[in-house]
Amino acid sequence: MDFPADLKYTKEHEWARQEGKEVTVGITSHAQEELGDIVFLELPEVGTEVVRGKTLGVVESVKAVSDLYSPVSGRVVRVNEGLLDAPERVNEDPYGKGWMIVVETPEETGREGLLSAAEYEAFVKEEKGA
Amino acid sequence: MSLSNSSRQQRTPLFPLYARCGARVVDFHGWDLPVQFAGVMREHRAVRTDAGLFDVSHMGEIEISGPGALEFIQRLCVNDASRLADGQVQYSAMCFDDGGIVDDVTVYRFAADRFLFCVNASNRGKDLDWIRKHRPEGVEVRDLSDETALLALQGPKAEFILNRLVDLSLPGLKYYHFSRCRAGGNEVVVSRTGYTGEDGFEIFLPPEAAKELWQKIMAAGEPAGLMPAGLGARDTLRLEMKYALYGNDIDETTDPLEAGLGWITKLDKGEFFGRGAIIERSGEGPARKLVGIEVKGRGIARAGHAIWADGSEVGIVTSGTFSPTLRKAIALGYVPTPLSRPGTAVSVEIRAAKVEAEVVRTPFYRNGSIRK
Repeated sequence: MDFPADLKYTKEHEWARQEGKEVTVGITSHAQEELGDIVFLELPEVGTEVVRGKTLGVVESVKAVSDLYSPVSGRVVRVNEGLLDAPERVNEDPYGKGWMIVVETPEETGREGLLSAAEYEAFVKEEKGA
Repeated sequence: MSLSNSSRQQRTPLFPLYARCGARVVDFHGWDLPVQFAGVMREHRAVRTDAGLFDVSHMGEIEISGPGALEFIQRLCVNDASRLADGQVQYSAMCFDDGGIVDDVTVYRFAADRFLFCVNASNRGKDLDWIRKHRPEGVEVRDLSDETALLALQGPKAEFILNRLVDLSLPGLKYYHFSRCRAGGNEVVVSRTGYTGEDGFEIFLPPEAAKELWQKIMAAGEPAGLMPAGLGARDTLRLEMKYALYGNDIDETTDPLEAGLGWITKLDKGEFFGRGAIIERSGEGPARKLVGIEVKGRGIARAGHAIWADGSEVGIVTSGTFSPTLRKAIALGYVPTPLSRPGTAVSVEIRAAKVEAEVVRTPFYRNGSIRK
């Protein structure tokens, strides 16, 4: 399993990469593995306000439907439209070509409350063991 | 506080092999079964183009024998078992007196007075209760499920793979026929049947022989593209063919005619359980029908989603998935008969949004390798 150190994570298995005021969001390698073949995505439109901890969209594998939760609050400024026709990119490259949206966040709502790579890895192991 | 669970998980004889094949194991009606190995899409594709090997040992086997066996089966089942010859298989269903379906089954004739029902795992207890409740003198009913493992080798290359492993010439075995033969040192029953729309075989064998045969089939088939396949692919494959799944598309509330099983329901063969009710309910043509639906808009219809037409809710989706072969969202569901014609526009309610859909001709997939 893969837990890039430069990312922050949620317990709902999203990742967040902050670059200035912009945060790129996707789901983790562990999440895509658990879901299996991803065949459908529902993502918010540019301009949508997303709220940390609230649903921002839906990801579906052949068998299951899962909600996506926003790791940060802010306004959606970019959406990976290419994923809508090629959702398998989330499986193939969850931290790269499988990115989902970019959120512009006010400085103060930054990344507090998110997990570090080590914390997330420990959380996944704990969840698996349970 | 007690953590004990009264119902213990059941495992098939192949359970010990799952982990090393990379399986993800889930609970399926009390059984620990693999939902996937390499992934549903790859497994599905392997079955359509090469072959897949499924462990379906959880399914139940019930033997019905004795001088009155055929007569009894004629009362139990909607299809005409008198048309079976030795070594032949028939798809059939048992109904309650009210016409609701007890279970859909395959009936194997071993001899004029000896038959085997292959039944859904989730219905095994209910089926046995129903069969035993009506068992007449001179008929013996035996539950062979625990002493029977079942492998399904499915796909256009199934014959090529299995032919080398059994002392039977498989090209001579016709669709929906079976034969006893030997595989390795074991006596097995090979049946040219399946649930995928592809040519293939179901192999009944003693549980203690299952692991060895699984491994032999995998070793013989892997160079030809054979993959182990799980319940996920089994579901997408059967859905592309519109094969009904008990508990989803058919159950105690559906009669065989509305479920599209008129082709196995022989109302003129004589009396059988549920016949009168089926005629009363659907004899003039059922009020609703199970149809194939293709989602045209964005989204995947799932079991339980409402079907809408002309501003009102008209039916319900009973199975739905993304079709790996057609690359579209497909579903089965019940709609009023006037809306059941292919081409009828409907919508499916997916997460509060009404998504455009259409009743389509089935099976969804028509290029399978089954030999009729």
